[in-house]
Amino acid sequence: MLVQEADQILQRALQENGPDTEVAFPNTAYYLPLVFGMTGREVQTLGDLVPVIEDAKRLLRPVPADRRWTPYLGETLDSGIATLLAEETIEAVRFIYGLEPQRVPGLELAGGTAFTSPDANGDGQAAGNGHLNGPIDDIQLRSWGIQLVDGRMPGFAAIVGAAKSNEVAVKIVRELQQRNILTFLAGNVNGRSIIHQLQEEGVEMGYDTYIVPFGLDTISAIYALGFAVRSALTFGGMKGGQAREILHYNKERVFAFVLALGEVDDLKYATAAGAINFGFPVVADTRIPQILPTGVTTYEHVISMPFNEIAAEDDLGRAEKLVQKCIEVRGVKVRVTEVPVPVAYGSAFEGERVRRADMRVEFGGKYSRAFEFLRMVDMDEAEDGKVEVIGPGFDEIEDGGAMDVGIVIEVAGREMQQDFEPVLERQVHYFVNAASGLQHIGQRDIAWIRISKAAAEKGFDLEHFGKILHARFHADFGAIVDKVQVKIYTDPAELEKWLETARDAYDFRNQRLADLTDERVDEFYSCTLCQSFAPNHVCVVSPQRLGLCGAYNWLDCKASYRINPTGPNQPIRKGNLIDAEKGYWEGPNEFVYQHSNQAIEEVTMYSIMENPMTACGCFECIAMVIPEGNGIMVVSREDPSMTPAGMTFSTLAGMAGGGLQSPGIMGHGKFYLLSPKFISADGGFKRVVWMSSFLKESMADELQEVAEREGDPDLIDKIADERDATTVEELLPVLEENEHPALTMPPIF
Amino acid sequence: MLQRADSLGLDTAFTRAEQMAPCPIGANGQCCKVCFMGPCRVVKDGQTGVCGATIETITARNFARAVAAGAAAHSDHGRDMAFTLKAVAEGETQGYKIRDPFKLKKLARDLGISTEGREVGELASEVADVCIAQFGQQRGEVSMAERAPENRKKIWRELDIVPRGIDREVVDVLHRTHMGDDQDPEHILDQALKTSLSDGWGGSMIATDISDILFGTPAPLVSQANLGVLKDDEVNIVVHGHEPTLSEMILAAVSDPEIIAYAQEKGASGVSLAGICCTSNETLMRQGVPSAGNFLHQELAIMTGAVEAMIVDVQCIMQALPNLADKFHTEVITTSPKVKITGATHIQFDEHRALDIAKDIVRRAIDNFPNREETAIPDVVADLVPGFSHEYINYMLGGSFRASFRPLNDAIMSGRIRGVVADVGCNNPRATQDAAHNYLVRELLKNDILVVETGCGALASGKLGVMLGEAALEWAGPGLREVCEATGMPPVLHLGSCVDNTRILTVLTQMVEEGGLGDDISDIPAAGIAPEWMSEKALSIASYCAASGAYVIMGITNPVEGSELVTNILSAGWEQKLGGKIDFVVEPEEMVSQILEHIDKKRAALKLPEYAPKRFGQSGDWRMEDLVDGPLEERQAALYGAVSS
Repeated sequence: MLVQEADQILQRALQENGPDTEVAFPNTAYYLPLVFGMTGREVQTLGDLVPVIEDAKRLLRPVPADRRWTPYLGETLDSGIATLLAEETIEAVRFIYGLEPQRVPGLELAGGTAFTSPDANGDGQAAGNGHLNGPIDDIQLRSWGIQLVDGRMPGFAAIVGAAKSNEVAVKIVRELQQRNILTFLAGNVNGRSIIHQLQEEGVEMGYDTYIVPFGLDTISAIYALGFAVRSALTFGGMKGGQAREILHYNKERVFAFVLALGEVDDLKYATAAGAINFGFPVVADTRIPQILPTGVTTYEHVISMPFNEIAAEDDLGRAEKLVQKCIEVRGVKVRVTEVPVPVAYGSAFEGERVRRADMRVEFGGKYSRAFEFLRMVDMDEAEDGKVEVIGPGFDEIEDGGAMDVGIVIEVAGREMQQDFEPVLERQVHYFVNAASGLQHIGQRDIAWIRISKAAAEKGFDLEHFGKILHARFHADFGAIVDKVQVKIYTDPAELEKWLETARDAYDFRNQRLADLTDERVDEFYSCTLCQSFAPNHVCVVSPQRLGLCGAYNWLDCKASYRINPTGPNQPIRKGNLIDAEKGYWEGPNEFVYQHSNQAIEEVTMYSIMENPMTACGCFECIAMVIPEGNGIMVVSREDPSMTPAGMTFSTLAGMAGGGLQSPGIMGHGKFYLLSPKFISADGGFKRVVWMSSFLKESMADELQEVAEREGDPDLIDKIADERDATTVEELLPVLEENEHPALTMPPIF
Repeated sequence: MLQRADSLGLDTAFTRAEQMAPCPIGANGQCCKVCFMGPCRVVKDGQTGVCGATIETITARNFARAVAAGAAAHSDHGRDMAFTLKAVAEGETQGYKIRDPFKLKKLARDLGISTEGREVGELASEVADVCIAQFGQQRGEVSMAERAPENRKKIWRELDIVPRGIDREVVDVLHRTHMGDDQDPEHILDQALKTSLSDGWGGSMIATDISDILFGTPAPLVSQANLGVLKDDEVNIVVHGHEPTLSEMILAAVSDPEIIAYAQEKGASGVSLAGICCTSNETLMRQGVPSAGNFLHQELAIMTGAVEAMIVDVQCIMQALPNLADKFHTEVITTSPKVKITGATHIQFDEHRALDIAKDIVRRAIDNFPNREETAIPDVVADLVPGFSHEYINYMLGGSFRASFRPLNDAIMSGRIRGVVADVGCNNPRATQDAAHNYLVRELLKNDILVVETGCGALASGKLGVMLGEAALEWAGPGLREVCEATGMPPVLHLGSCVDNTRILTVLTQMVEEGGLGDDISDIPAAGIAPEWMSEKALSIASYCAASGAYVIMGITNPVEGSELVTNILSAGWEQKLGGKIDFVVEPEEMVSQILEHIDKKRAALKLPEYAPKRFGQSGDWRMEDLVDGPLEERQAALYGAVSS
């Protein structure tokens, strides 16, 4: 039925626009991802969609007879895939007509797919006003990658329909948020969607809150499955057309489920049949036929929990049980840390913003000072769980006002080392942010914290910072931390004194970091966290080269190894040096060979040209050689523009990821750019001829230091970016005009 | 129909069975007639034949010879299919083509033939050559044995029972059971195993694969079974025997408009084709040609007076047919070069002129229509859904993209399905026709056992009406019902004719490969039964199933009853060596209890949860019955359920 509709829509679009009209989803290198994944077809024009509909028709099977039926499960699953192909076709055509993303007046997204200009979602503010998100872009997929991999984000829920009441709708998404489960919203029941319900209740939606509204109809649920397909392509190293592998990957590794709220119509059934192909079970809050035997999915296929029959005190209790059931059916592994604060708590709240108008009080920023400082103390100096507020609370501060605060965390533990102090301290940002109604930006003495009115009304107070930190340090770093005590200073004299101490420590740490070079350590660390997604990839993390995701530097790995000695971060003895310039050691070579399933034999630490390090898919940047410029370009994940390589980040990512070693192209963390060891074998930072403006701007100071280190203080300005060159032809005159040093360096090949 | 036979004063197998008591000495395997110093009847303790052969040697020899004859019959069927494939590939035939090139490629790969960039015809020709060579191969291993699970092959190789070549093993049995050769019962029976494997993993498997390649791999369709499929107003042609080659052409012929017009000229409203026995299974599985019934229906069909022609090929064709047909207008037509029956018309079939011959035969039947006298077609017919090839079962459980046996394995592991039982084999007039089949199927379904069937057992269930999706709602236990409702499959699956027992081997192998049910066929909670067996082929099937690790129960009679030792070798002895065995059990009640015990034993060995049907039964459409198209409010209430607190 939908296939027919898609066919008609496509035929009309073909007549009106011609077969050569371009079709594409925004910011993805995977064409129409579901079509690409299932059929291998690289749809770029309307005409390319014709065979897709033919595929769908072929897969479509007749509805089973009411009596004397022949088996229907396989047929239903095929029809499900046919439905998905049709849905994606329809969405693609809608993009041509400007009907996607769907408009919803008054909606502001907290982070979303950028549709107009690349800067639109730079800070999450400007993007997505007045419309729904539509498909998730590759950039966001990759930045969520590491969280999906390491279990911080256990999976995603695709909610279709509308909840019994607004109250229930909010409860359901809050429950999911608390468990850090990504929530995708689509569909409606008699015209009313959960998106409307959440909007009415003022729930913030967008990438930053893990709640992504796709569209008001069932068809837009296709974006959830497109996301799933791309997970397999991006992290699993699969290719378009490997349908069976992609579906299995999702069944085994992507913990997702469909939650159908309200009456389930035929289209929802058909879409659900498509989802079941992915191993995603379907849970409905209404009476529908259950499919309990397992096999295509790991646990039950279809569960019906008529909402009113759920045994609980009230509707909120029922919503909670419903979500629990979903998690149980998918076998989602959720780590919930009980944090004793009066507001909801979970990573899904990390991206939540507190706007000035909603703010009760802020610490740091323009109008006040705030710092956080974590230090190691002896076991007998700390009393575990003790939280002290030294100085006045914020009762006296008027609404929207500011005050100074200093948070001093003292930890003790047999396995604790001074080197871990900064590692732990950086966690404060995540831990505090995860409380609903709190916003945390920055670190050290440039921290900036806001508490919303709503949170304050619920009773959130200064001491709760301490409670959060105590609970989370124990939960996440229990292996190295035995005792945690927190002192929160608002008393000016004490605060001043501690700020002094903290700054001394920051300086000391900076020096220590500067001294920490690859030569001075005996061990590097591996990171195989992403092997659950990219089985052949191994990161080798050294003091001067952090992990490509930016999330793990050498110290992080060292701490992680302490926390979990059999975990993904293992020490790699450097062993005999083979080539100091390129960065070959026996130890890393051997380790990588063994742990890449014998796929990679050798790896250099400092070269892009010879056996460069592989990548999973979560890299922050991609460096690629521009032979004409005798240098390399560096494009950041945040940059959706065209590059002189003739490809966008998303397309390049397909070549750089998946654990493949391809000389001339390499994924890396952005701070690696600052390292003296940045492709030092190939000439170092001076080889950078083109760089996303996002990097230039977001790391301006640090890059300036690098330029000076390299003996060319104007170097950064000599490097082109997407504003002056998006082709090689445009790039070369810019380089010549700027007298870029790469032009006079020895040939890169 | 039997009353009709009585009133017309006609003999049938039923009456002849009453009049002819089985020879008690032969029935127990105690009669040795391998040389002409005898025959010797060895009936007393310690007695031997003239040559000194013991009762153990004699029963084992008789058993082995029966296996060899059965294997020869099945395998020769496979050989004929291979020659047909060769002829089709060479473009020498009329009316045939390769219907399943995918399966051809799969078979080619299994046989080690390169498929890349090759034309279907050329590939088919080489596949046919390699298959034909399997029969005459003298050394090494037959290729298809390679398909078995690794652990199984290891056991076979250790026992040295992997067949070297299909024909060679049959000849070997005949040689070693000749007077004065192998006279150690266990050693004789080892060769019987090897010969049976040359059938199950050789000739029969070739027959199944090539039939699918030539006539299409079966997929479910709706059809009917029982004598009621015969038409009062149409020319009825019944195909009977075992091979699909001719019957497929007859089917093509009866659908020819020219032929239909010809029939109408003769006063019939059309031409109706029906099958009996395994030829019926072949055409039923692939084309949905209705079945007039199983083995014991061959005489009854003629007695309806409504059959213009009964066209037979090979195996299980009673010599009584021409005599019986003489009493009616029915013409019995033999077609195989191997089968001529005194009194029947012989029109030899030849692939090169297949369609012409088929049309001639059909015309002959039409010409016979005006001779029809009074008819008595019983008003009994049941719908059924046949067509379960292992390829389809794979698809059924996951669609094009997720096809696998995972859901089936999961269902067994969770206990929704307690186990799988193959109910197969013949009819035997020494017991009430179909009674044992039907009793077993009902009991097994009640116990959440998925039943798969082939041959005449399958047609019994077809007639019973249990090969329907609906049957699960009525007959199956709660867990099995959930699985049937999820997939839409009947609780009893029709896998084909008796050569298609190889499909069961393939299914079991794929279940092992899917994982979770052990490392070998013998680990799976499964069993096979042939409660009404009568042919030598049944003993070959039972032996290769046991050799493959399956527990097999045979009804009716124990052909090695005369020797406790030999009975024991087939049972406990084989179980120890092979993990599979043959028990002879007469009472159906006892079969059920032994099967359940065996299945529960295998479940326990796999550490699967104990069978507990009460945990299941919550799936399905039943909850939707409360939902009516009432006013919105009521509908809403029904959807969300009643408020509980």
